[in-house]
Amino acid sequence: MAERVKGETGEWEIVIGMEVHAQTTSHAKLFSGASATFGGAPNAHVSPVDAAMPGMLPVLNEYCVEQAVRTGLGLNAQINKTSVFERKNYFYPDLPQGYQISQYQHPIVGKGEIEIDLPDGSVKTIGITRLHMEQDAGKSLHDQHPSKSFVDLNRAGTPLMEIVSEPDIRGADEACAYLAKLRMILRYLGTCDGNLEEGSMRADVNVSVRKPGAELGTRCEIKNVNSIKAVQMAIDYESRRQVDVIEGGGTIRQETRLWDPAKGETRSMRSKEDAHDYRYFPDPDLLPLHLTSEWIAQIKQTLPELPDQKKHRFMKDYGLSLYDSSILIAERPRADYFETAAKGRDAKLVANWVINELLGLLNKDGKTISDSPVSAKNLGTLVGRIMDGTINGKIAKDVFADMVSSGNSPDSIIESRGLKQVTDTGAIESVVADVLAENPKIVEDYRAGNQKVFGFLVGLAMKKSGGKANPTAVNEILKKKLGESL
Amino acid sequence: MKDDLSCLTIAQALDGLAKKDFTARELTERHIAAGQDAQSLNSYITQTPEIALQQAEESDKRRAAGKAGPIDGIPLAIKDLFCTKGTRTTAASKILHNFVPPYESTVTANLFRDGAVMLGKANLDEFAMGSSNTTSPFGNVLNPWRRRSAPDVPLVPGGSSGGSAAAVAARIAMGATGTDTGGSIRQPAAFCGISGIKPTYGRCSRWGVIAFASSLDQPGVFARSVEDCAILLQSCAGYDPKDSTSANRPVPDWRAALSSGKSVKGLKIGIPKEYRMDGMPADIAALWEKGTVWLKDAGAQIVDITLPHTEYALPTYYIVAPAECSSNLARYDGVRYGLRIEGRDLTDMYEKTRAEGFGAEVTRRIMIGTYVLSSGYYDAYYTKAQKVRRLIRNDFTAAFEQCDAILAPTAPSAAFGIGENQDDPVKMYLNDVFTIPASLAGLPGMSVPAGLDADGLPLGLQIIGKAWDEETVLRVAQEIERAACFTALPGMVSEKAA
Repeated sequence: MAERVKGETGEWEIVIGMEVHAQTTSHAKLFSGASATFGGAPNAHVSPVDAAMPGMLPVLNEYCVEQAVRTGLGLNAQINKTSVFERKNYFYPDLPQGYQISQYQHPIVGKGEIEIDLPDGSVKTIGITRLHMEQDAGKSLHDQHPSKSFVDLNRAGTPLMEIVSEPDIRGADEACAYLAKLRMILRYLGTCDGNLEEGSMRADVNVSVRKPGAELGTRCEIKNVNSIKAVQMAIDYESRRQVDVIEGGGTIRQETRLWDPAKGETRSMRSKEDAHDYRYFPDPDLLPLHLTSEWIAQIKQTLPELPDQKKHRFMKDYGLSLYDSSILIAERPRADYFETAAKGRDAKLVANWVINELLGLLNKDGKTISDSPVSAKNLGTLVGRIMDGTINGKIAKDVFADMVSSGNSPDSIIESRGLKQVTDTGAIESVVADVLAENPKIVEDYRAGNQKVFGFLVGLAMKKSGGKANPTAVNEILKKKLGESL
Repeated sequence: MKDDLSCLTIAQALDGLAKKDFTARELTERHIAAGQDAQSLNSYITQTPEIALQQAEESDKRRAAGKAGPIDGIPLAIKDLFCTKGTRTTAASKILHNFVPPYESTVTANLFRDGAVMLGKANLDEFAMGSSNTTSPFGNVLNPWRRRSAPDVPLVPGGSSGGSAAAVAARIAMGATGTDTGGSIRQPAAFCGISGIKPTYGRCSRWGVIAFASSLDQPGVFARSVEDCAILLQSCAGYDPKDSTSANRPVPDWRAALSSGKSVKGLKIGIPKEYRMDGMPADIAALWEKGTVWLKDAGAQIVDITLPHTEYALPTYYIVAPAECSSNLARYDGVRYGLRIEGRDLTDMYEKTRAEGFGAEVTRRIMIGTYVLSSGYYDAYYTKAQKVRRLIRNDFTAAFEQCDAILAPTAPSAAFGIGENQDDPVKMYLNDVFTIPASLAGLPGMSVPAGLDADGLPLGLQIIGKAWDEETVLRVAQEIERAACFTALPGMVSEKAA
């Protein structure tokens, strides 16, 4: 059930569309050979094309086109065989050409859709309106000098994909789920690293409110929403603000608003009337982009398994729950880790170990699976040793802790620490016999009908064996011995 | 012989260099000296005698080593719109008055690869916007020709490549580069009594050429013979992966094609009826007629053709070209290079810099371009102009089903006086009425001097060809050159000879 804003006049529905700018994973910029790497000294990654020197011309980076098509295919979208680069004209010091090369009337990717997973376990489809390619601007630095502004053009010309959703999103939870899913898909495809903190993924959120079933309300575009948490907070704030304005007798002006994370509020940047006239027109330096069906088909063949496909396969092939599958597929390396570890093992058991032990440990330290001190192979071996009875589950946790700290393989730990489970009946019989002999009072209790003490006796026997005894064998032998003496 | 070095054609000079009649250094020195004598023409913004002499010496060494390139040792003027590494490149604009490019344009790099010598950077209309070379802040260029009836009245060389054309006509450069957006090579070639060719759009790379209107700009060359034009164009042309609109197709050997002796016999020459305009000077109408007779006599077949949308070419051009220029010139903002006038704030700096940096004609075109791209006017102007441009292109496609090349006048008048047409931009724009249609269609066009008007000023005839068929254009031009026997010299050159 979508979130509603409760107002004085009843409930309001929140309608959201998102525009996500994703920096395309590519070594070079969109129209110049310069490096598109993040960081570096200011103006270290700038070619004469990026600095818009006189007479310089853009040449399209084909790899970025491939990445855009790959992304389009991953969004189940239509790939347009002809697209056109246009100039979006405006003046700003960090925009050297005085225009941004973008796609406007003819984007490379048309309508598509993705599924988002909601907190209540349900799934919803969100429409994608389009994806287009464009170049990023540079950065103005206003804090380097008391009276001057500085310009860093390292980012100028880096490739972006702008992904626009339909206004299908209803509330902050869905918006967060959409952003999370989109990021997951981009990371799976390897077309964007999805790093919100470094700005390689940025979201503009269009928010409006309406009475359920009514016409769409006037929307406000919120910029500078740079984390999933900020999406949540900005939408909560903005939808409440709009309801308060309307219920207070006012009207919503179409405008661009800025999210201020420090104050936790949105505030007006510019109204529709102040909007630029960007005077888009086809860039005469670039020919229309024509793609062949064969080329698109080739890219399609190299597409990896996408998150939703993987999720369903994990449920079907490994018998995992939706919950466990969703956790495991959230990142491609995590899913790969699981599959490597689960090969030839009890997959559900492996899933438990990955989710409960390993991820629990990594999350605590803010690490990802790529930082795991335990390799997938070793974790698989560990689970294998539980399955073949070499160790029991309790000992396995000890071994795991040792694996984490020492980095050693489970077998060498089991071997060197002598943790191998005792399954030798004779040895267990002697331990059990000792326990019974040392605790005549408890044995008496049991025989008097107090079945509860059985577990206590098992525990004593396990302890005496240093935890190494096979618990099943201990149970059986204890039961037998207690019965025998009757 | 050495006294005449500046009057040789490029073909003759290459011959003399090969035979060791003279050295590249001597050839260059002669042109530098001739340039000194002709300073009053103001054909250069920047003269580069040191570079020229150094290049000439290197050329002599290459030749001595048997490694001479196709145009080794030939001194040229380079239009100051081509970026030249380490040599100031201004586009004849105050806004770039101090700009020294750290890179070499593809066309000049190609010329230098083949051995060319650079005498200097030729004057032009500011950002190549003009038909008279009167919009340059570095001053007007004078046409070396004068009217017989009024030898004291200075005349324009045409534009925008006015400095290039004047230098070649005055025998202070053997050839020159130019760019043609709406006639900027062909019209000054006609005004100065020399040959000039604008090849097919995409034939020469635009990389490193300061942009005016990207979909129309095309580098080309000037020289004093059709063969010389072929020689120079050969060096300039070729695919350049750095220019996305450059065509990846082989460059034919035009000089060889011209010397193969293949005549115009059997060629169909189209005469577009729409180019017969009211008020065309009688001299020009007569010369056009003469041209058709020459070609007919040489065995060509003359066919009447129609280019029905000709009358819309000029207005279409004056929407498309300013639209592109308004955006292309946005980069001159005072932030990274060129002129900057400090202001109260960013907007003030922008406004002051651009107001001070751009001249009146450039400002006018930026404003027209901004207007036609503005929302509310966009469809009525820009979109409509794109549609008409397609119709004009279709006109040529249809016409070329009936003919192999088109013959027309280059310009509607001979060179006019400095200051004339100045108060009326539309009248000035009419100068390009015959050259603009081929520009809009991206077709190759060439002007070749074909005669003098009653006042002793040169007039040109224009040959327009099919896309990528420069060869036929050159062949027809050479036939006209042969028939016209154009040997007249501009006053200042013949006086010196006398």
